[in-house]
Amino acid sequence: MIRLVTDDLRPPGDPPKRHLLSVGDLTRNDVERLLGTARTFETSLERHVKKLPTLKGHLIVNLFYESSTRTSSSFELAAKRLSADTLTVKSVGSSVDKGESLKDTALTLGAYDPDVIVIRHPQIGAPQLVARVTDAHVVNAGDGKHQHPTQALLDLYTLREECGRLDGLHVAIVGDVLHSRVARSLVQAFALVGIRTTLVGPPALLPRELPAETFTDIEAIQDANVVYVLRMQNERMEAGANFVPSLREYTARWGITPERLGPGQKVMHPGPMNRGVEIDPRVADSPDSLITRQVRSGLVVRMAVLYDLFTGGPVGVQALAAAEVA
Amino acid sequence: MNTHAPEQGKTLLDADGLGRTLSRIAHEIIEGNPELDEVALVGIQTRGVPLARRLARLIEERAGVEAALGAVDITFYRDDVTVRGGEAPLAAQPLVRATQLDFPLDGRTVVLVDDVLYTGRTIRAAIEALFDYGRPARVQLAVLVDRGHRELPIRPDYVGKNLPTARGERIQVQLVEVDEVDAVLLVGSPEEESR
Repeated sequence: MIRLVTDDLRPPGDPPKRHLLSVGDLTRNDVERLLGTARTFETSLERHVKKLPTLKGHLIVNLFYESSTRTSSSFELAAKRLSADTLTVKSVGSSVDKGESLKDTALTLGAYDPDVIVIRHPQIGAPQLVARVTDAHVVNAGDGKHQHPTQALLDLYTLREECGRLDGLHVAIVGDVLHSRVARSLVQAFALVGIRTTLVGPPALLPRELPAETFTDIEAIQDANVVYVLRMQNERMEAGANFVPSLREYTARWGITPERLGPGQKVMHPGPMNRGVEIDPRVADSPDSLITRQVRSGLVVRMAVLYDLFTGGPVGVQALAAAEVA
Repeated sequence: MNTHAPEQGKTLLDADGLGRTLSRIAHEIIEGNPELDEVALVGIQTRGVPLARRLARLIEERAGVEAALGAVDITFYRDDVTVRGGEAPLAAQPLVRATQLDFPLDGRTVVLVDDVLYTGRTIRAAIEALFDYGRPARVQLAVLVDRGHRELPIRPDYVGKNLPTARGERIQVQLVEVDEVDAVLLVGSPEEESR
């Protein structure tokens, strides 16, 4: 999780900071440690006093340039459960040069000496920019269609809790893979822990570059232990582009209905759902749906991520490629 | 006597001595607590946990009372979560272990059990952790070894052995449950004064 940033703008002499910018930064050991810590936090939530004093006196800034319910609320609650102070800044992306304005916002918030900045931004590489201009640990809470590492971690946690293992599982990811940062993070995370991934969806929404088998026929979900349904991301599709003929056509061919699921096949969705589009309400509300479980996992996994940024041990040090910086 | 020590060190207490010491602590806990059924033994992870289990067994053998048994992990209550001065942490924090307190603490006498009492910071953290689970009537402290160098106003109620040490020395308690052997060792030399 350590990233050394080569074109660091800060004065020399500062120690490298640990960031969680991409699943690609994580080792299998990092994942095991994070999931183990999350499990311990889960038991602490059953207590009389649910708050832990661990990060007392530390400041965690949530900087959200995109709408979010689950991610921002769970990061805020995770920080509060660990006794940190939180500052949530929500801003709607504008059409001005976002790189510059983001930099200024980061510098402004950096003046408060935050220990952690959690950032969601529509542009790829925004978290790296914040990491370069501030002294905080940075957590990527979603950048464009690039990465959403804490979502992947909470999904691994959910799968482990539900299936008892990760290695050897088979997960079919269905839907709009092309625009999905969740899918990009998941494919990497699944490869790291030995989960077989199958991507299923309309041909125009299946990127070729991801290291997973791809199928356009919904039948391909049959062999999977778990079906992971992605949201149709209309907001990321350029106007006028025809990725699918129509939402009705999509639902007819790729919508997850009770009839398309085998007995015992579990269903996940990162939210927010378009009920009746990519997922049938009967599936979303069925006992085989892990969707609420995912939300609960989100809290404890984000507690583990925040804790780990402060305390985690030495891990592989990578230079940040210039191309990755927006 | 001690053929299995992973680290060379001077043996301060062998298996027999350790057994006798625990036996005496168990007696003192019985003596010190007329209402023995109100007592809960809570081991501090890692080696306090098997010690608490052994003390519970000894108390049951001698007094016929089954004391409640628990475990507490203090990782999230440490006062050194972030490394001051900005250096990156040199080693990973120890793996977080489970806190298990399956009985109500309110009104109980909790005997915290640990292997070595040193600065007292672990005990402070353990007391804070306990109070997030409930409000015990009183908290007592039992340690196998008190090696001195307290940094906080904390004193044990039951001490197996007082072993004055130099700061550069280290007391290593080995228990069958964790280390496959019972012994208390002195490791390192006084010359290695580190702070």
